[in-house]
Parts: sequence; structure tokens; C-alpha cells
Amino acid sequence: MKKLKLTKNLKDNIITYGIVIAAYIIIQLMSATGNISSLMQGLLVPLCVYVILAISLNLTVGILGELSLGHAGFMCVGAFTGAFFSKCMQDIITIDILRFILAILIGAVCAGAIGFLIGMPVLRLKGDYLAIVTLAFGEIIKNIINVLYIGRDSRGFHFSMKDSISLGLESDGTVIINGAQGITGTPKDSTFTIGIVLIIITLIIVLNLIHSRDGRAIMSIRDNLIAAESVGINITKYKLMAFSISAALAGVAGVLYSHNLSSLMATPKNFGYNMSIMILVFVVLGGIGNIRGSMIASVVLTLLPELLRGLSNYRMLIYSIILIVMMLFNWAPKFIELREKYSIKRLIKKPKEVQ
Amino acid sequence: MKSLKKAMSLTLVAAMTMTMLAGCGSSNKETAAETSDAATTEAAGETFKIGSIGPATGGAAVYGLAVQNGADLAIKEINEAGGINGYQVEYNFQDDECDNEKSVNAYNTLKDWGMQMLVGTTTSGCCIAVAAESSNDNMFQITPSGSSVDCISSNDNVYQVCFTDPNQGIAAAQYIGSNNVAEKVAVIYDSSDVYSSGIYEKFAAEAANQPFEIVSAEAFTADNKTDFSVQLQKAKDAGADLMFLPIYYTEASLILKQADAMGYTPKFFGCDGLDGILGVENFDAALAEGVMLLTPFAADADDEATQSFVSTYEAAYGETPNQFAADAYDAVYIIKAAAEKSGVTPADSISDICEKMKGAMAEISVDGLTGEAMSWDEDGAVNKAPKAMEIVNGNYSLIQ
Repeated sequence: MKKLKLTKNLKDNIITYGIVIAAYIIIQLMSATGNISSLMQGLLVPLCVYVILAISLNLTVGILGELSLGHAGFMCVGAFTGAFFSKCMQDIITIDILRFILAILIGAVCAGAIGFLIGMPVLRLKGDYLAIVTLAFGEIIKNIINVLYIGRDSRGFHFSMKDSISLGLESDGTVIINGAQGITGTPKDSTFTIGIVLIIITLIIVLNLIHSRDGRAIMSIRDNLIAAESVGINITKYKLMAFSISAALAGVAGVLYSHNLSSLMATPKNFGYNMSIMILVFVVLGGIGNIRGSMIASVVLTLLPELLRGLSNYRMLIYSIILIVMMLFNWAPKFIELREKYSIKRLIKKPKEVQ
Repeated sequence: MKSLKKAMSLTLVAAMTMTMLAGCGSSNKETAAETSDAATTEAAGETFKIGSIGPATGGAAVYGLAVQNGADLAIKEINEAGGINGYQVEYNFQDDECDNEKSVNAYNTLKDWGMQMLVGTTTSGCCIAVAAESSNDNMFQITPSGSSVDCISSNDNVYQVCFTDPNQGIAAAQYIGSNNVAEKVAVIYDSSDVYSSGIYEKFAAEAANQPFEIVSAEAFTADNKTDFSVQLQKAKDAGADLMFLPIYYTEASLILKQADAMGYTPKFFGCDGLDGILGVENFDAALAEGVMLLTPFAADADDEATQSFVSTYEAAYGETPNQFAADAYDAVYIIKAAAEKSGVTPADSISDICEKMKGAMAEISVDGLTGEAMSWDEDGAVNKAPKAMEIVNGNYSLIQ
């Protein structure tokens, strides 16, 4: 029985990795033969960003079972620390890929550290309360970034929370983070290949964690906290572990995001609660706890508004209708019944049963 | 009975899939037709394709729609008058929801459509992101209202119709200083907005060289923009006799209202964002009496060009045009002037068009709605005289 379960896991994982690699090969073939539109080409890196975000949030929501609405905040931390590092090191480290890898590591570590710090007090709460507090922290992070001014001149770094004039820079100084105007001129290091590699690394981390001893401990907390505690599982440790890994991965996505656009600002649109809820929608519609599902959902839901551009402003309407239909299809009991009745698996199996 | 139900639901499912497939099929066909159309026109080089980007949905939609309509109006006029260099112009506007990432997507969509020149983007943040892409492709870009310096500084293919934020701040400080409008100045600005904080910083820097002093500088953010009593009280306590408001008109109307309620009556001075304050709903226009603003465009100006623009715009879109519409309208005519000067044709490649247009932009001088004898420097910033307006008897009137 145990052996069978393992092979099932393995099979499942191979399918997940296979989908990513197949998507990569198909896209590469298409771009090599010139069959890809510039819209699609521009969307490749954002797609990777959202897939990583969805996978990482699924760790908190699906595996740990806690509702977090501050995921965009961690992405914001990663994006700004990564972009800040790249901007400072642009002249010192001239090898793009090396600088980018370092930026990713720094973004991940900073977002993870912030996740750890926030997680310590916040994870004492449960359910709706946790959701509210994480929502607030996400907004706080965004607002702090919006009043942060950091400049650099020959005397070193200058820091202010008022405005860029009070930095008191020498004439050779440059303002790197300019409050609400954010960081401009981040080197465009993000590529689709790096994005795919990061997705695979994320998958390796998350899938291995889920199927490890620690992962089972995390899932036992989700299923029954009291029972888990009674068998000696260190609740705080495992909760924090899942939460900060999830935050660090969101930071990676943020670094990838910030190196794809030349201007980075913390607006309600990209790092506000709208984004957090967007990521949550990917996870919920793809299936809570279902890594592959959330990947597919994030790709579909990111592509949809762009592919519906032909319908101009009606696309928002259609997009929301599709969201509702998907939600019903995935979660309404009648639909689940219907799906089970006419699932492909059953249709294939049926003739065998008859024989 | 059960089998009947099963059969029925199966047919229904089949019908649904059929309609879905049919829908896909037809849409595929359409896009195929479109692309083939585009290919043929491109091959024949019959039309110029001008794209435009701005927010058409969300909080900033007012600005995007104004740009869409303004550019659309100019292109219709040009087409009726025979087009650019004898070629008709096609126009396509894409929504970016005021999001940098969506803006790049919109740019790529327009590229797939076959865009040769870009009027956009409407907002500064998006413009910086799109300018990096367009400079990669060497596509000619002119932004009607992206006023940040970063839009044009590192990309020589990007031009502006509006003033840059620093220019506005400097011009405002110089105007106040040289006309001795006030001695003690208070500033209220939106620190979460690129436009507002950009103007404020340069205003404060230039104020050091001017014969007035900034006695209070208070910020607010987008999340907290309904109650200004604290900022006003500070300005009042500091004894400011002029209040500089480098912000948009919605917040300014609240500030005017609350200052009036406090019995505080300094002189108010603003930039182009204040244009439109007389149109705010439930706002007593008498409060705006005596407000001074630096704006390139006022819908009630009495010159002939503005009046004919305003009346045709009102007839076509049912609303009074604001500064953004005028900027976009000018942007299209600037493209026309540069294209005619350089003699580009739609058959040229995108990069060739851009190179030729760049050469022409250095030479041309355009009289538009938002400025007379507009010319451009190498960076792509516009040279035009700022116009100072004062609100008198509920109307904008030009000072001097």
C-alpha cells in the first residue's frame, strides 16, 4: 500500500513538472519558428510570476490551511529589495545573470525574513482574524515603501521618510527609491527561461516539502490542530516554516516582476490587496491544495483579459462571468456530482467494467 | 426515466460544447481575416497606423478616455482633409487600467495590430514602462500627458506634449517669485502620486532662489484624501498668504471648501491638474474665484482654434474636453507635422519612420491648442510658454 502511494505521488509530480517543461518546449518552438505574437511574448514573464505566486500562496492556503490576504505585500518586498540591489550593483557586477541570481536570493531572503517577523505575532490568530491582519500588513508594507526615499552619493547611502530633498544628496548623488515614484531604470534581466527555471525550483521546494515529514506535520495542523498538538508537533515552528517559505517564494516572484518592467511603483493595482485577492482567486479556482490546478488557473486567468481585448470594455464583464462559472464548476456540489458522473476517467473505465 | 434524463443532459453538454467550439471557430476565423487584412494593407502600405494607450477602466479612466477621444477627433479631421502625406490614418486605442504591466501588454497588442507610431501613454508610470519597450523597437512615441522626466530622459524616441513635472514646478515658483504674488507659501501635495510629488520637489528646490519662503509643506496620500483640516490649520498657523496645490482638481475642490469653512482665505495657486475644478459636482464655483493656475489649455479660452475644438468635441462625445483631450489632439497634429516634414510613408519600416521623424522633430514648430510655436529639444521635452490663468467670474481667463 505504501509503495503504491509513493508511486502515485511520483506520478503526480512527474505530470506537474512535465506540464511546465512541455509548455516551455512548445513556447520555445513557437518563438523559434516565429509563430508567437508580441503580446504573447510580452506575457511570458508575467505568467511565470503569477504561477510562482499561486504555487507559493497555495502553500499557506492549501497546505497550512490559513487564509492569508497579504501575499502581494511579500511580493512587494521582494520586488523592491531585488530592484534596489540591481540598481546599486549595475556598474559593479556587469554579468547580468550573476547579478540577477544575487538579486533573486536577496529578494527571497528579505521577503522570507519579513514573512517570519510578521508570521510570529500573526499566526497566533485563526481564520478570519488572520485574514484581516495579513491584509493590514500587506497594506502597511505598500504604504511604507511609498514614503521611503533612499539616495546614494559619494558619501554613501541616505535615507528619508519625508521627501527626496531632505536626503541632502551631493551633486553627484542619485535617488534610487523615490517614494511614490518608486524605482525607475531597473535592468531588464527577467527572461522566460529564467522564469521557467524559477517555477521548477519553486515546484521542487513546495512539492518536496509537502511530501516530507515536515509537510505531513504542516498538513496535520491544517486538519486538526488539537490532535496535531497532542502528538507533540511543534505548531508554531511548522506554521512559521510554511508561512515564511511561502513569503520567500512570493519575494522571488516579486524580483522577477520588477526586472521585467523598467518602472516599479507600489500602487494599489500591483501590490495592493487587489493583487493579494487576485492570487487567492488563482489558488481557490485552481483548487485549494492542488498545486497543478493553481498553476493552470493562474495561466488561464492571466491570459483571459488579454485575449478578450477584442471585446474592449466588455471584457471585464465577461471575465467576471467566467470567474463565477469557474467557481460554480469547481465547487458547487451539483457540478461536482455532474463532473464525477461524466468524467473522462469514468468514460474510459466504463467499457472495461462492462467487459 | 433516468436514461431519458441522462440522454437529455448529454445532448445539452454536447450542444454546449458545440456552441463553444463554434464560437472559437468563428473568432479564429475573424482574427485570421483581420490579420490577413492587416497584412495586405501593410504590404500595400496604404495607411498609417497610430496606436494609443491609456486607462479606459478604473479610477483614472477620465484621463484615458479624454486622450482616446481627443486623438480620435484629430485623426478623423486629418482623414477628412486627405490624411498624412496623402495616406489615410487608422487609429486603435487600448486600455491599460493604469497598470504598468497591463500597459506593456497593451503596447504588445498594438504591435501585433501593426502600429507604426504611438500616441501614449496617458499616465507617467505606464509611460516609463512602455517607453523602455518602444525604445527597444525604435518606435516613434509621443506622450500627451506622461509628464515625468523618466518618460523621455533615457529614450530618444519619446517626445512629450505636456510640460515635464520639474518644468511645471520651476515655472510655478518663478511665476510666484517674479510677480510678487506672495511672501509666505504653503504647499499641500499628494506624496503617493508621481505627478504631485514630482512638481513639489522641483518647486521647493526652485523656491530657494525666489523671494518667497515655503512656511509649511504637508502631504497626503491616495488612501487619505478627504479631510485636509490638519494641513490647512498648519498652513494657517504658519501665516501663509498663498497656498500652492500641485494636485488634481477633485482634492483641490475639497481643500477650497474646507478652507472656506475654516475662514481661511489665502490665494490659491495650482498647476494643470486643477483644470476642471469648475466642473466638479456639488462644488460652489464661487469658492474657486481668484484661484490661479498654470495650465496649457482652458476650454473657455476665446481663441478660434480652441473654440472650434471644444464645440466639435462636445458634439461628438457629449462632454467638455479637458487638458488631456487637448494634449492628445495636439499630439496627433504634431505627428502629422513631423511626418509631413520628413516625408515618411506607411511602407517604411517602423525603425525608419522613427529615425526620420526624430530628425523632423528637431526642426518643426507647431501651433496647437496647448501652446504656440511648440518645439522639442533633443531629450524630447517640449518648449512652450506656460499660460497662467485666473478664475474670474466663474471662468478661466488668461493673465497678461
